Order: sequence, then C-alpha cells, then structure tokens
Amino acid sequence: MFQNIGEMLVLLWRTLEAVPVTWRQRQKVYDQLFEIGNASLLMACILSVFIGGVITLQTGPVLAERGLSNYIGGMVGIAVCKELAPVMMSILIAGRIGSAMAAEIGSMRVYQEIDALRTMNINPVHYLVLPRLVAISCALPILVIFSIQVGWMGGALVAVFNQDIGISFQAFFGNLRDTVDLGDVVNGLFKSFVFAVVIGTVSCHQGLQTIGGPRGIGRSVTKAVVNSIVLILILDYFVTRFLMYFE
Amino acid sequence: MMNDSKHHGVSVKVHGLRRSFGDQPVLKGLDFEVQPGEIFVVMGPSGSGKSVLLKHIIGLEAPDEGEILIQGESIQSPGVMDKFRMAMVFQSGALLNSLTVGENVGLYLAEHRLKPPEEIARVVGEKLELVGLKGQEDRSPSELSGGMKKRVAIARALVIEPQLLLYDEPTSELDPLMAVTIGEEIVDLNLRIHVTSIVVSHDRDLAFGIADRVAIIHEGQILTVGLPEEVKNNPNPLIQEFLTAHFKRDNERKPS
Repeated sequence: MFQNIGEMLVLLWRTLEAVPVTWRQRQKVYDQLFEIGNASLLMACILSVFIGGVITLQTGPVLAERGLSNYIGGMVGIAVCKELAPVMMSILIAGRIGSAMAAEIGSMRVYQEIDALRTMNINPVHYLVLPRLVAISCALPILVIFSIQVGWMGGALVAVFNQDIGISFQAFFGNLRDTVDLGDVVNGLFKSFVFAVVIGTVSCHQGLQTIGGPRGIGRSVTKAVVNSIVLILILDYFVTRFLMYFE
Repeated sequence: MMNDSKHHGVSVKVHGLRRSFGDQPVLKGLDFEVQPGEIFVVMGPSGSGKSVLLKHIIGLEAPDEGEILIQGESIQSPGVMDKFRMAMVFQSGALLNSLTVGENVGLYLAEHRLKPPEEIARVVGEKLELVGLKGQEDRSPSELSGGMKKRVAIARALVIEPQLLLYDEPTSELDPLMAVTIGEEIVDLNLRIHVTSIVVSHDRDLAFGIADRVAIIHEGQILTVGLPEEVKNNPNPLIQEFLTAHFKRDNERKPS
C-alpha cells in the first residue's frame, strides 16, 4: 500500500512538473473536458435533485415539528454545497470517469501503445496523464457548481410539496441566502478540486501499472474506483478539518 | 552517401546482457555488435528472448547485468533518446486506437512539432503510399486487418527517419507479396538513409534475403553470429534443426 501511495505521489509530482506544457496538449484537454462533461452532466443533475430532496425529506419534518421549518433552506444549502455535492459528485466521477481512465490507459499499456509512445520519445505522463488530470481538475468543480444549484432546487421542491414541511420557495431560498455565503461554496469547490486530483492520479496510476491481458485491465479499473472512493472519504475528513481554520 | 548526420546509422554494442523475470532467466549473457548501416537479423524459436532483446536495445527494459551502447553511449544514460533517432515496429503494430491511421503515422512529427500540419499530412500520405495504404489516413486502426496494422506501424517508424530501426517480426501476418515488399523496403531504407536495422524474425526467407549478418538465439544465448551463408552452413544441430524445419507429408515421416 505504501509503495502504491509513493508511486502515486511521484506520478502526481511528474504531472505537476509538466503543467507548463499543458498548452501544447490543449486539444486533448478539451477532448477530455467534453468527455467528462458530456458523460456526467445529466447523471450529476439527476443525482443532485434526489440528494437535495432526500436531505430535506429526512430533516424537514423533524425541524417542522419543532417549529424550525424556516431554517430548512439554510441547513440544506450548507449540507449540499459543503459536503454532499462535492463528495457525491466525486464518487460519481470516480465511477464513471476514473474507471474509463484506468481502462483506457490500462489497455494502452497491455497492447504496447505506451511502449510505442516511449520509443517515439513521447513522454506518457505528458501525453496521457497531464491532459486527463487537468481536465478532471477543471470539470469536477464545474459539475459541483451545477450539482449545488440542482441540489438546492431538489431540496426546495420537497420542502414546498411535502405536506409535513410545507414552506414556500421564498422562505426556503430566503433562509438559504441568509445562511450560505460565497465562502461555503468555495469550500465545496476546493474539496472537489482535491478529490479530482485524487481520482485523476489514482486512475492514471492504476492504468499505467496494468499488467496481463483483459483480466489485468479489469483489476486496474476496480482498484482505481475503490481506491479513489476510499481516499475521497478519508481525505474528506481531513480537508474539512483543514478548511475549518479559514472559517 | 548523405551528408546529413541525422541520416547515418548508429552502431549498437550489446555486452554481457542478462535479464531474468522472477527466477526465470530470459537473456543469459548476450554479446554482439551491429555496425552502422548494417541489417542485422536475429532469428530463433519462440520464447528464446528475441523480443525482450529488442526492448532492451531501445530502452524499454533495463538489464539486470550488462549494457547496451548506442554509438558508444549507454541506452540508459539520460539524453540518448533525444540524441539519436530510434524507432521500433512492434509485432502487434501497437497503433494508438484512439487516433486515426494518419494521426498515428504523423504522431512523432506532430508531438515533437517538427513540421507544420500540411507538411505532416504530405509526409504521412507519402509513407502510407510506400507501404501500400494510400488514402487510408482517416480510417481507424480497429478497421484494419493485422497485416495492414503492421504496415501502418512500419509507415509510422519510417516517418521518424531513424538512425536505428528495430523490427519485431515485421512480416508476421503479411501475405507473401507484402512480406517481400516490406523486406525490400527494409533494404531500400538501409540504402537510402543508411539506417542501422535490427530485425527479429522467424521468417527464414526474409532473414536470408535481407540480412548483412544473422544471429541465431536459443534459450537466451547466441548460438552463432555471421554472414548468412556462414550461418546456413553452421553444423550446430540446433541451428540446422531450426533452419531446415519443414512440414512433412505422411510418406516423409519416420516410422514410429
């Protein structure tokens, strides 16, 4: 495990060193951005509506019972933007995009395409890892912005139409506006950026480490997704703790 | 002879090369030299270590012991890949499936920004025509047969105009006519730009048709290195068995 972490940190460092040449790989970055956005936006929106909805459904009646229904907007707003949207979107992207990255790079490794790049003196980190890491680091925070807004909408719909809560849109968003500030949104975006780097690094590393045939590719994909999710959930605690110093 | 130094082949010296995978020794102390501009063919049965040898020569694998010198410089030393132009034609072709045929062939020029896009397109068309794939630029590698992939891989290597060109089974999966064309192209390239060519092959016709010298490798050891005629006449039974193996009809088989 420690060897894997060490290798991933080395890969991340080499990718960061290559960031100045990102402009040369811009077409690949655009392609990856399109791939991530196109593959995930609809799913992200659907997921977010239900995340916002269910958190309202679970907490709304409890607050309403105690005469605190006007505070639902703020509570849902904070929960979605600081925690649920970044974490759930990251898990979604680890499953959809991280797995695809590991599979694509893994199959390139198995079928000697990466060897072919190296014989042409083309650095696989510059050619394969850099565009993916840059694209996912840009795309995930953008998806989280969508997710936050759609999640709030989902929460508001449940708050308005659920008979046990029954508050107005104005009351929901009024309290949300009073409670949530830009810093909370930035907090969520920072988290999603960290998680994006984790997903990109873990997935590309697993792809580059692939050995064997199709079974090896399958193993790499599984490891990429599982390791990404585990790291996201562990890092979530520490990043949250770190960000609390700035509040 | 061309004056441009980029168009001169390089010498290759393999000295004491040993490599094991786990506890399985694959290369057991190989020693040979390839002269600049020479066509050197390495023959041997499957699993004898030929492809692993090629990967060591181009720096994809690091040896356990021994060294490989390209024009006197170790392949492991930094900057050698920048200093000398080397290319390898993989047995599977190893084309990038996410790119078209044209993009694969022009990849080296595009990634290293050696020529403008129009010039790259012209060079790509020229090289594809050379391997009999004119007008196939926009096709995907997944649409090609095994033989066509191999020819695209050769075109991709030719674009580099290498000083050292390694071929891993260049005629496998090719029909006899295309195999002859590829063999002729290896010789022609050697004459035109004096590239040093190291060819790994089972194909006896190809080997004795194009080689300046031939090496026979068996279980990770070199049995002999010499001119094609010397190797053909070598009395070593392992060599003779490999070079003379052919299908036997029932009436030719020894009674059991």
